[in-house]
Order: sequence, then structure tokens, then C-alpha cells
Amino acid sequence: MFEGWNAVVLARAQFAFTMSFHIVFPAFSIGLASYLAVLEALWLWTGREVFINLFNYWLKIFAIAFGMGVVSGIVMSYQFGTNWSAFSDKAGPVIGPLMAYEVLTAFFLEAGFLGVMLFGLERVGHRLHFLATLMVATGTLISAFWILSANSWMQTPAGYAVNAEGQFVAADWFRVIFNPSFPYRLVHMVLAAYLTTAFVVGAVGAYHLLRDSHLAGPRVMFSMAMWMAMLVAPIQIVAGDQHGLNTLEYQPAKVMAMEGHFTSHPDGAPLILFGWPDQAAGKVRYSVEIPKASSLILKHSLDAPLNGLDTVPRENWPPVPVVFWSFRIMVGIGFLMLGIGVLSLYARWRGLLYQWRGLHLFALAMGPAGFIAVLAGWFTTEVGRQPFTVYGLLRTPDSASPLAAPAVGSSLLAFVIVYFIVYAAGLTYLFRLMAIPPHHGEQGPRGDIPARAAGITPAAGVAAAGSVG
Amino acid sequence: MTAMIDIATVWAFIIAFAVFVYVVMDGFDLGLGLLFPLFPAKADRDVIMNSVAPVWDGNETWLVLGGGGMMAAFPLAYAVLMPALYTPMVAMLIGLIFRGVAFEFRWRTTQSQRNRWDLAFAGGSLLATLAQGIALGAILQGIHVEGRQYAGGWWDWLTPFSILTGLALVVGYALLGATWLVMKTEGALRDRAYHLSWSLLFAMLGAIGAVSIATPFLHVQYAHRWFTWPNVILTAPVPIAVVAVTVLVLRSLAAKQDYRPFFLTLLLFALSYAGLGISMWPYIVPQSVTIWQAASPENSQVFMLFGVAVLVPLILGYTAWAYWVFRGKVTPGSGYH
Repeated sequence: MFEGWNAVVLARAQFAFTMSFHIVFPAFSIGLASYLAVLEALWLWTGREVFINLFNYWLKIFAIAFGMGVVSGIVMSYQFGTNWSAFSDKAGPVIGPLMAYEVLTAFFLEAGFLGVMLFGLERVGHRLHFLATLMVATGTLISAFWILSANSWMQTPAGYAVNAEGQFVAADWFRVIFNPSFPYRLVHMVLAAYLTTAFVVGAVGAYHLLRDSHLAGPRVMFSMAMWMAMLVAPIQIVAGDQHGLNTLEYQPAKVMAMEGHFTSHPDGAPLILFGWPDQAAGKVRYSVEIPKASSLILKHSLDAPLNGLDTVPRENWPPVPVVFWSFRIMVGIGFLMLGIGVLSLYARWRGLLYQWRGLHLFALAMGPAGFIAVLAGWFTTEVGRQPFTVYGLLRTPDSASPLAAPAVGSSLLAFVIVYFIVYAAGLTYLFRLMAIPPHHGEQGPRGDIPARAAGITPAAGVAAAGSVG
Repeated sequence: MTAMIDIATVWAFIIAFAVFVYVVMDGFDLGLGLLFPLFPAKADRDVIMNSVAPVWDGNETWLVLGGGGMMAAFPLAYAVLMPALYTPMVAMLIGLIFRGVAFEFRWRTTQSQRNRWDLAFAGGSLLATLAQGIALGAILQGIHVEGRQYAGGWWDWLTPFSILTGLALVVGYALLGATWLVMKTEGALRDRAYHLSWSLLFAMLGAIGAVSIATPFLHVQYAHRWFTWPNVILTAPVPIAVVAVTVLVLRSLAAKQDYRPFFLTLLLFALSYAGLGISMWPYIVPQSVTIWQAASPENSQVFMLFGVAVLVPLILGYTAWAYWVFRGKVTPGSGYH
């Protein structure tokens, strides 16, 4: 099987597949960890039961999502070596330390305190438990810092030199870490993670409000989620715009692909809303355009000249249709998010936030919006980096392992089958948890399992701890 | 250049340390998966699972550090070894996925489906353990390198020796799992684990013996390293210590002690691991790439060394705290809530 296939294409497919299935979990758990920290803080501060109920409710969901993120993440950390060994050899001295710091500063912090966060409330007391929650939330953010720094360096490499073996080496670690696109990407991704979580929380709240608009828990979570949509979506649109301007400066070919600009426009480029980019012909078919609007957005001037892909050698073009369309999906969802935020503000003003079924249906439909936007955004930026792994410096085919297509194809097939089984099950269990509303006396992970309900009293925990002697 | 030599050596020990901590920590929790089929009762399985649920992902983080650290500190070795060990690595990852998700999934489902996730937990643990052991054997037997790349096929790892090391690791992890249960459980469950510990201990001693006898035949350099004068002054203490620790394990088991069998088994692992180190040194890809050839530039290794020096003690500290919070015997009903 897979004889005669292109091993590099298979390796790219494997990376895209395993990465796409991985990234949705960190995106969700970065936001959810912070949300859990907020809920626990509100509980400790106000003492209101609704907050601890919500905390325990989302904690069970967090446990599953986090576990799936961990196992799919281990796959990523080894895939650099298995499928991209030439890249690892050449870029390892620069990229490797950033990832090692991610493990040392973030992964251990998350994993070390996760056990206490999930199962330790009765064992360590409220304050230490809150500390554990904060550590897990901080860990997810530190993790985002390092991995986005590594990714950004591949997009906008800086502070490097090349040694005699042809390896990239660091000339200036500060410039490596804080490379030109990193601050923009970090802000854009962390906000995306917060929005992703907010829309899941909002959808679950909306689902239960549709059935019973008097439930305290769903009311609180729906309201919190709608505040997030109202406040964070506009910030995210501004951050995305800034990120785009940064990309125009450092990776102009990516922006040309996003915009569908095959040809240069010396006196104002049109904004192509929709169309079918034809890579071979070098033009966008059936395009719907707003004249000069692209120059206005990217250069803040109607008549500013904008170069097109005709200024870039063809062998350096990214696959335009993928970049063009994934970008539009992301932007479209961004504006839908802003839309629901504005609607929720109106509903709040009219006192209809918990009664307006149309708004609840809209929020329910928007539940997966964050995930789709995150994936579309990553497709835009990663496919837009092609045909390079280190932008402008190391080409993708020169980065791959010396493996024959059958090896890469078989492992791809194995991952597809395994992920299908595991993710189908995981999503089923997540939906099952979300389908039940948070209730009075909500228990954390394991607490809702009847066979074990006998031992939930703190006394049993004390007895177990005491038996060590 | 002398500074380069020193820091590459330091990093070789750091990576070796990370991998050893991984073997120690994930060893017993993979071992529990291996023993799962021998404990069919749901109540027993709940207790077994709960005895590691709060710490398992911390344990696996050491594997990420081993891999990520190797990419950073010895990128050439990482780039050669991973394609050479392609199939075992993919198998290990898939095994770890199944057993990892089973920790959460089996609590969220019905009886019949729970049995399926129990199977995933056991099967995933077996697959991951076998793959790790086979990878170890494949590294020891040598890897075909040309230039800066792996130059063999994708089935080169499969030999009788690598199968032997795969099975040896299964036995070893199962013993760690059994002695862990002796330490962490009570009553009938502990008794079963106790009896298993005896037979697994003898199996492990046999496995150590078999791998030790086979290794010198792989490469004349290995035999040279172990058996020629004056090397033997340095190498002889290892087998002598193995015998001494074996006596201690036997005595602690005979005395039905709670803690000692587990920690003494860890000591056996440490000695076997030291033996591997003696065979391999100073190669990171045996007989073709030394740690100095594979080392990343000094400024990469120095940059990370700051982090390791500050953070690893911190990590060991809060990891120890997490184990302390969940210390003591795990009994049905008094599990973690």
C-alpha cells in the first residue's frame, strides 16, 4: 500500500491531521483553565454555591479535554523526529530549546498540579486547591507562550546564524524568542482560546436555558459567555488586523494568497470578498470585489499600491485556494462572534437575556464556532508559510525524514483509525456531560459515580491520609 | 573545545536522567495496565486505576522532556533515531493514546463499554511497553547511519534481540506495577499483587540475565567494555550490586513489607540502566554517533542548562508534593474526590 505516493505529501497530511485534532483541545483547555480559576475565585470570594457547582461541572469536562490534549500532544512532540528528521537536525538547536522550555515551565506545572485540582479539594483545603487551579491555568498560558514562539520563529525567523553543518543556531536568544510575528500571534491565539471556550460555555448555557430559563447555573454561564463575546470579539478583530499587517511586512506572499491577489495593483487593490482562486491560471474566477478596499485595510490609503503574487517566483507560491478560503472562514466567524455579542448587549438592556429563544438558538449554533475559527486560522498561517518550513530559508521537501511512502502512509492510516475511535468516544462523553445541567451539590470528577458515593465524606479522606502513619 | 565536551556530557546525563525518571514513573503505571487482565473485578480495577489517576500525566511528561530535550540538546541523534525507530515509536504513541484516554473514559460509560476501555488500558499499556523495550534493543544493536541521516529500512529494528528486550521490559514494568500495588493497596488485592511479585521478580531476574548475556555478542566493543582489564574494575560492581539488591528484594518480599519491594525494584532498574549506560558510552547512537558529534551548539545547551538547573529541582519538589497529597493506601470508596 502507498507505493508510488509522495512521502512528503503524506508526512504533511499526517502533520495537518494530527495537529488539527490536537490544537482544538489546547485551545479549549487554555480558556477553560482560566474560566475555572475565575469560577473558583468567585466561589471563594462570594461563597455562592452556584459558582462551586459550575466549577465542578466544568472540571469534569476539563479532565477529559485535558487528557485528550496530553495524549495527542505527545504524538506531536515525537512527530518532529519521526517524519521531519531533517528539519529536527537543522532547526533543532533553535526550536528545540524553546520546546524544552515549554516542557519544563508549562507541562510539568500543569501535570503536577492537575491531580490536586481534579481530586484534591478535600485533601488540601480551599486555598491550596485554588493555588493548584491557578498553577494549571498559568501553565496553559506559559505553554502557549513557548510553542507560539517556536511556531512564530518558523514563520519569521530572527536572531539566528547558520553553522558549518548547515544547522540554524541562535545568535541572539532574545531575538529568537521575541521574533517579529510572535507578540501578534500570541495575543491572537490566546484571545482565540478564550473565545473558543466562551462559545462552548455559552452554547451549553443556552441549551439548558432553552429547556428551562430559570436554572441558576446556566444563567450565570450564559451571561458570562456573552460578556466575553461582547468584550473579547472586538479586541480579537483588532488583534487579527494588527497580526495581518505584521504578516504583510514579513510574509507578503501569505497576505497575497489570503487576499487572492495574483496580480499587482499599482493604484489601489480591490478587496476580493468571494471567488474561486485558480492557482494554475494565476487568477481568481467569479470574484466579487470592492474596489480599492484592500489597499484601504492593509495600507490605510485607497490608492496605495499593493504587490501581487506576480512579483513572487512561482515555486515560492503557497497553495492559494486553501489560504484564501480558510482566511475567509475565520474572518466570517469573527464577525458572527461580534454580532452575537452586540445582540446579547441589546438583550441585556431589554432584560431578555435569559428569555430570548432566538438568541439562545444562535448561541447554541455558535458553540463550535471557536474551534472552526481556530482551525481555519491555523490553516491560513501554516499553509500560507508553504513551501517552506522555516520561512524563506528551509524548503518543506528538504525537511522531511528519509522514509519511503509506505512507512509514512501506514502510520497516517493508523493515526486516522485510532483518532476516529478515540475522538468519537471522547466527544460522546463530553456531550453526555454537557447535556445534563449543573445542579445543586454538583460533584467534581468521579464524585458522580454511584458505586463510590459512599466514600465522599471528608472523614474518609482523612482516614485514608491518616493510615500512612 | 573543552567547555563543549563538558556541557555535552552534562546534557547526556540530563537526558539519561529524564528518561530514567520516565522509566521509573511511567514504568509502574504502565505496569498496572499490564496487570489489569489479572484483576477482572471492577472494584479492584477502580482501586488500581485510582492509585495513579492523579499522577499519570505528570509521569508521561518526562517522556516529552526526554524527546524534546534530545531534539534540543542532541538534534542529530533525535533526527537519526526517530526515523530508525519509526514503527516502534508510532506503536508506542498509539498505545499511550489508548491507555491515556482510558483513565477518563472508563468512568464515563456503561459496564459493557467500560470493559472496552479496560481492554484499551491494558492493550495500550502492553503496546507502549513492548515498543519501548524493542526501541531500546534496536538502539543497542546499532543503527545504520550515512552522513547525517538514518540509512536503513523501516523494519530494521525487528530482530530476536529487540524482541527479547521488548519482553524483558514487559516483565520489568509488570514487576514495578505489582510491587506498587503491594505498597498502595490492602486486603485481597494486595495479596494477589504480593504473589505476582514473586513470580515476576524471578522472571525479571531471568530477563536481566538474558539481556546481559546477549548484549556482549552484539558488538565486540560491548564485550571489550565489560570484560577487559582494567575496565572490569569499573564494570564488575554493577553485576555484584544486582546480586546484592536481588537478595534484599527477596528478603523484603519474604518479610511481606509494604514499601521496600517497590523501591528495591527501582534500584534494580537503576542498576540495569547504569549497565546500559556503560555499554553505550560515549555513543548516543551506538557505534556511529557520539554525544559530542550529536551535540547542539554550545549556546543552545547553555541556554537550556539555566532552565534545567532552576526548574528541575522545582519540578521534583511539586511532583513530590502531589504524591504526598495522595499518599497512603487506596481503598474502595475512599478514592479521590
